[in-house]
Amino acid sequence: MTTIKVEKSYDVKDAIDKIIKKYNYKPTALIMIMQDVQSHYKYLPKEALELISKKMKLPMAQIYGVATFYKTFSLEPKGKNHICVCTGTACHVRQASIIIDKLERDLNISVGETTEDGEFSIETVNCLGACALGPLVTANEEYYGNMTVAKIDKMMEDLKKPKVNKVKREEVV
Amino acid sequence: MKRLQSPDELLQLQQKYKKNRDERKTTISVCAGTGCIACGCEKVITALKEKIKKEKLDKVVEIKTTGCHGFCERGPLVVIQPDGIFYQKVNEKNIAMIVEKTIMNGQLVKNLLYRDPTTKVVIEKEKDIPFYKNQKRIIFNKNGLMDPTSIDDYITLGGYKALAKSLTELKPDEILEEVKKSGLRGRGGGGFPTGRKWETCKKAKNDTKYIICNADEGDPGAFMDRSILEGNPHQVIEGMIIGAITIGSDQGFVYVRHEYPLAVKNLSIALKAAREMGLLGENILGSGFNFDIEISRGGGAFVCGESTALMASLEGKVGEPRAKYIHTVEFGLWDKPTILNNVETWANVPVIIDKGSDWYSSIGTEKSKGTKVFALTGKINNTGLVEVPMGITLREILYDIGGGVPGGKKFKAVQTGGPSGGTLVVETADKDVHQSLVEHGDIQDDENIKSLLDLPVDFDELIKAGSMMGSGGMIVMDQDSCMVDVAKYFLNFLMEESCGKCIPCREGVKTMWHILDRITKGEGKMEDLESLEDLSQVIIDTSLCQLGGSAPNPVLSTLRYFHNEYLAHIEDKRCPAGVCKELVAHAIDETCNGCHACVKPCPTDAIIGKPKELHRIDQDKCIQCGACYQVCKFDAIKRVRTDEGDAVQVKAKQLWQSHSPKKTEVVM
Repeated sequence: MTTIKVEKSYDVKDAIDKIIKKYNYKPTALIMIMQDVQSHYKYLPKEALELISKKMKLPMAQIYGVATFYKTFSLEPKGKNHICVCTGTACHVRQASIIIDKLERDLNISVGETTEDGEFSIETVNCLGACALGPLVTANEEYYGNMTVAKIDKMMEDLKKPKVNKVKREEVV
Repeated sequence: MKRLQSPDELLQLQQKYKKNRDERKTTISVCAGTGCIACGCEKVITALKEKIKKEKLDKVVEIKTTGCHGFCERGPLVVIQPDGIFYQKVNEKNIAMIVEKTIMNGQLVKNLLYRDPTTKVVIEKEKDIPFYKNQKRIIFNKNGLMDPTSIDDYITLGGYKALAKSLTELKPDEILEEVKKSGLRGRGGGGFPTGRKWETCKKAKNDTKYIICNADEGDPGAFMDRSILEGNPHQVIEGMIIGAITIGSDQGFVYVRHEYPLAVKNLSIALKAAREMGLLGENILGSGFNFDIEISRGGGAFVCGESTALMASLEGKVGEPRAKYIHTVEFGLWDKPTILNNVETWANVPVIIDKGSDWYSSIGTEKSKGTKVFALTGKINNTGLVEVPMGITLREILYDIGGGVPGGKKFKAVQTGGPSGGTLVVETADKDVHQSLVEHGDIQDDENIKSLLDLPVDFDELIKAGSMMGSGGMIVMDQDSCMVDVAKYFLNFLMEESCGKCIPCREGVKTMWHILDRITKGEGKMEDLESLEDLSQVIIDTSLCQLGGSAPNPVLSTLRYFHNEYLAHIEDKRCPAGVCKELVAHAIDETCNGCHACVKPCPTDAIIGKPKELHRIDQDKCIQCGACYQVCKFDAIKRVRTDEGDAVQVKAKQLWQSHSPKKTEVVM
């Protein structure tokens, strides 16, 4: 499993403080606060969850419960390139499973895992609502529609090219 | 923006906007729904803006980025008003041509026009295209005409008029009466009469009441709620305010899926604009009535579409449902009376109030009024969103609007209601289905039953036929879809999404999945079918909420209509559709022309053959990944029973040798 360095503790505090303040410490906003933390770190670090629990005066059990119940949350770091395959019904009947098999084979990981070098992770999503483009894959939130095995090769080539915004992302982590 | 102080001021502003609007002004509207964005419409918009500026046309031509037009299959879409010229599959390179030819010279760009795939006729205008022509749009009609981020656009098109009416002409009781008389039923799936829900909540005694909009559209393959929120968020907001006035609530919530970022964005913009204009928040339109709406982003859990689970999630907890006998209209969010309706239902409310319940109830059938939006997806030519009057037949939706199944393949079934509906409508007149029903003991051999496709789409008729309306997903399947696999897919989905609170759902669905998994691997036994039916009944009877209660539906309905397919898997160890990997071998038959396209995609180098020669798949090396099947343009890759692969290829070799003596050097 990859280890991505978490910011120094005072940085975590600052970031979490900012997010919680944005939602006025409202317990109703717990899920959204955790979503923001997740999009900041690409996963939910343990320290962050402990801080949320302390700041919002909510039991850790509730926070852990929420973190493991909802599909958007991950307690494990995700890869730099996050590939998501839609497995909605429309994509399923257009054979999304072939696409998943192909990605799993090429990256040598299963759905939900991250490659050893921390570059790629694969996940599935129930439906992205762009059914006309099925089977649909998103990579770093960019859409790749009507996917075939050949198109996956092309997409992976694109993803492996060095990108400008990669630098930015490294600064965050 | 100045705050409006009274309903009159709003109506005056509306008049002013309408007067100032030049109906003849050339407007280029580009669809910017999620579907079109995924096709690259943002580049089209940028190119268009640049070109218009370059040609110094920005004073005479308006560019509008609108919400979803519905015809996702043909995106990115560009419509030029006032004539309604419809260009499809536009990319940024076409922009110069569109501006120079159509905008500046009034000529058409022929290759961007829609060509009917069956009749081959080229159609110029949006309204003449069969996909649109056969729809009736009363909820979606504004989508293509307005910029969802502009409250002015919505007001110009008559928006918030119903709110003004609700604050002046109608008393809360009268609004309720209108909604009841309209016959509106919840569009989220169950079809519960909206007016009755509101009435119970209105009667509940409590100072605090809540309004919730359920935008956690969890059904895979359904996306109409997203498109409404993205394309016309104000209509939903207006509906919610009217609901709040009726029951006396001061706080509303929209629970929206995290996976819909554009819907969240457009809704936030709309809420802010409505507040600034005094249409939302304190003292709405100077009436002294207060109501505000908050957005809550869901965490991606299917069960949260269930009302009690959704409310738990809104409270910041794990989304587990509770028993139904405590009604949410009396004890809902934080135990206060709460009305929860889905996006489409809320969007219907302003239309009813504005045009009156008599007009509204003139559309539809006796017990299902108004229109319904369906997301038509899967193996269908015209994928997209369609709004049709209740009572239309499925055949009309699938063939007249949807354009039928692509590639000349055979229609098999259409699945409605999402995983929890999990039910199918099939062509009962079909020979295989007929045979299945006979074997399953549903009908006699000589019995003739009417095709289910001619059924009017209506809440009650669909239930009678063993299906259901659901939230509006319609996923079409053709001969290449294996029904056992489809049932397994839904159970897998529900198994993952089960919250785990009650045992029948948590353990029962899992057990059913294991049985199906065995069947698809060729390890099924005949007793399995009985076990499936028994388990189904227990799960239906004892589950806590509807997620479990309806989970067995996909199995029961496929067992009924496609009994033969189950038998093929169990007895013949064969998957007729060629989907179940363990029961399939890939083989190349004589149609192969040696194009060589399948060789490279094969991950195990199992395909042997030189260009222009017959190819062959090494059965020992093949892992049945289907990559070659996908690339073959000549339909030469066949999916057959595991032990038939070699036979097909041997026959292909013989045929090749006998038909083309030159091609004898077939590598075998």
